[in-house]
Amino acid sequence: MATATAEARNVPAVTADGHKHKKNALSDGQGRLAWMLLAPTLLVIIAVAGIPVLMSIRESFFQTNAGVDPNTGLIQGGETFVGLKNFTDIFRGANPVEGTWGSMDRFWNAFLNTTMITIVCVLLETVLGVIMALIMAKAFRGRGVVRAGILVPWAIPTIVSALMWKLIFDSSGVMNRILGREILWLADTGASFWAIVIADVWKTAPFIGLLTLAGLQTIPAEVYEAAKVDGASTWQQFQRITLPMVRPTLVVAVLFRTLDTLRMFDLPYGMIGPGKYHVETLSIFAYQEATQSRYGPAAAYAIILFIYVLLIAFLFVRLLGADVIGDSAPPKTKKKRRGKDDQAQTAEVPALEAMGGAH
Amino acid sequence: MSTTSAPAETTPLTNQAEIDALAHPKRSPKYLVGLIASYVGMALIVLYCIIPFYWMVVSSLRQPSEGQSTEFIPSPISVENFKAVFSPQNNFGRSLINSLIVAGTTTILTLLFGIIAAYALARLRFTGKGAVLWIIMACSMFPLIILIPPLLKMFSSTEPFTWFPYWVNTYQAVILPSLSFGLPLAVWNLTAFFKQLPNELEQAAMVDGCTPGVAFRKVILPLAAPGVFTTAIIVFIGAWNEFLVALTFLQAPEKQTATVAISKFTGTSGFDTPYGTIMAAGVIVTVPLLIAVLLFQRRIVAGLTAGGVK
Repeated sequence: MATATAEARNVPAVTADGHKHKKNALSDGQGRLAWMLLAPTLLVIIAVAGIPVLMSIRESFFQTNAGVDPNTGLIQGGETFVGLKNFTDIFRGANPVEGTWGSMDRFWNAFLNTTMITIVCVLLETVLGVIMALIMAKAFRGRGVVRAGILVPWAIPTIVSALMWKLIFDSSGVMNRILGREILWLADTGASFWAIVIADVWKTAPFIGLLTLAGLQTIPAEVYEAAKVDGASTWQQFQRITLPMVRPTLVVAVLFRTLDTLRMFDLPYGMIGPGKYHVETLSIFAYQEATQSRYGPAAAYAIILFIYVLLIAFLFVRLLGADVIGDSAPPKTKKKRRGKDDQAQTAEVPALEAMGGAH
Repeated sequence: MSTTSAPAETTPLTNQAEIDALAHPKRSPKYLVGLIASYVGMALIVLYCIIPFYWMVVSSLRQPSEGQSTEFIPSPISVENFKAVFSPQNNFGRSLINSLIVAGTTTILTLLFGIIAAYALARLRFTGKGAVLWIIMACSMFPLIILIPPLLKMFSSTEPFTWFPYWVNTYQAVILPSLSFGLPLAVWNLTAFFKQLPNELEQAAMVDGCTPGVAFRKVILPLAAPGVFTTAIIVFIGAWNEFLVALTFLQAPEKQTATVAISKFTGTSGFDTPYGTIMAAGVIVTVPLLIAVLLFQRRIVAGLTAGGVK
């Protein structure tokens, strides 16, 4: 220990002595080293995420000039500052379209589509995922095979799965053959919405199942034995033991799925196509605007989506106590207060695993 | 966490006969029903996951003229679609190489930055750690679409960015935005792995005279190798599957990544969507990932059980 202390004085030491101690000689020099090690990552994040987001905010206050300049007769270039016009325009209803939810402005149609797809998909995925996890937890053998099978939907690129489902949902495809009906799934109808939901649930429910299984496996068997001795029924065990103990894992998994579904792009784009109002999400709408050089409105819609995502994340952390950053955070009194069923360790791994499924 | 299930499986071995004797009379019909139900349930899960993928494989093995056939087994089996995928007009071979370059570079850069950052987050005490974690977290949450309008404007050198080099159809135009989701993912994943390694390992190395840097390189990094490998696979799959950024910035056929190329397939035969060719391309893009995932499955188990002192 003496050597370590000596080193700590000379070089900022990496002795990494414990989280339990308060300030001491061993850890005092670590701050500078830590920031040195973090600097490259933080700089990259600022460069590839921070600055573009700021640029997007700036962009949302401008509109690209279009048309011919009446004075010079030349095609106008450049951009004009328009203040909040890009944001207030969404309330003008200048661009009504006909979607699943009736006739409304294209922005609100996309907003509603995004919201409804997210709610329906995440609900179904969670229920299916938990059922899958319960089945897998009961299994004695063959869990490896199931786990491998479950990773198939996850590994398939979303755009490939979109095209795969496009073939399945083709009007003369296998889905209609099985159902014995002639549903026009891909023709931008109400059925298109459900086609998207089915394809998304297929791809992501197994993943929630996998994460939930990881949470289930941390529950000690003794707890169930004790419950059995006390005469608890299977349903009571599920309700009183399984759900509360798997909750931290599940909340984080659901949060990440929600955020991921809110920014859905590949699936409707590949399966139904761009500019199909029954399934147009905010991401697709913003993309369409950006590729038509309408950068200002595109940035405005993207920012609204960003704020929406932040709001949902905030609600999850506040109301459901999603422990997104695990036990790595410095112990804050606020966090401790609701950390009654604090499963810091179990919540942490799903957080990163859930991110793995995010793209 | 990983150890919780292990003792339950290993300890009964000590008196197996006794346990069997005790357990046997309890094997009531109810137990059998439960056993069968769990196998049926597992079979259903596997079928649920596999059947749509099976449909993709089957459809890729039909003759090109039968792209939309609904027969469950292709007859005759044909590899024409796979040949069509690599016909010169599709540029698919080139797009696979592009995908490899983009995803590979993203993965390597991500690991380079991520490993040292994760080590700091897992091991060092410093003020502001919570803030850093939240920044990285927030970075993984924001929708990728928010990067598109300003970057598209910038990379295509339009009006206020005329000073910026024309980056449309370049690899860096896709790699840089990909870092914005790859890096948080890697840092997060690696931090968890470094944390699982006990502090005593480095302390022992330093008592033996290693500097912190050497202790990290010679002790921690080899032990965290499974974690680094797992992270690399997850990031690689994420970058390989990325579509939105690549679709926006890679418009020239010879620069497109595989995901973009598939979405723009016109096939060899006229106006119909060439489903057979698309499915064949999908299979080609997916199978390497599936193989990697099966390996990754073993790796993650290894990563969790590799604990040195634990």
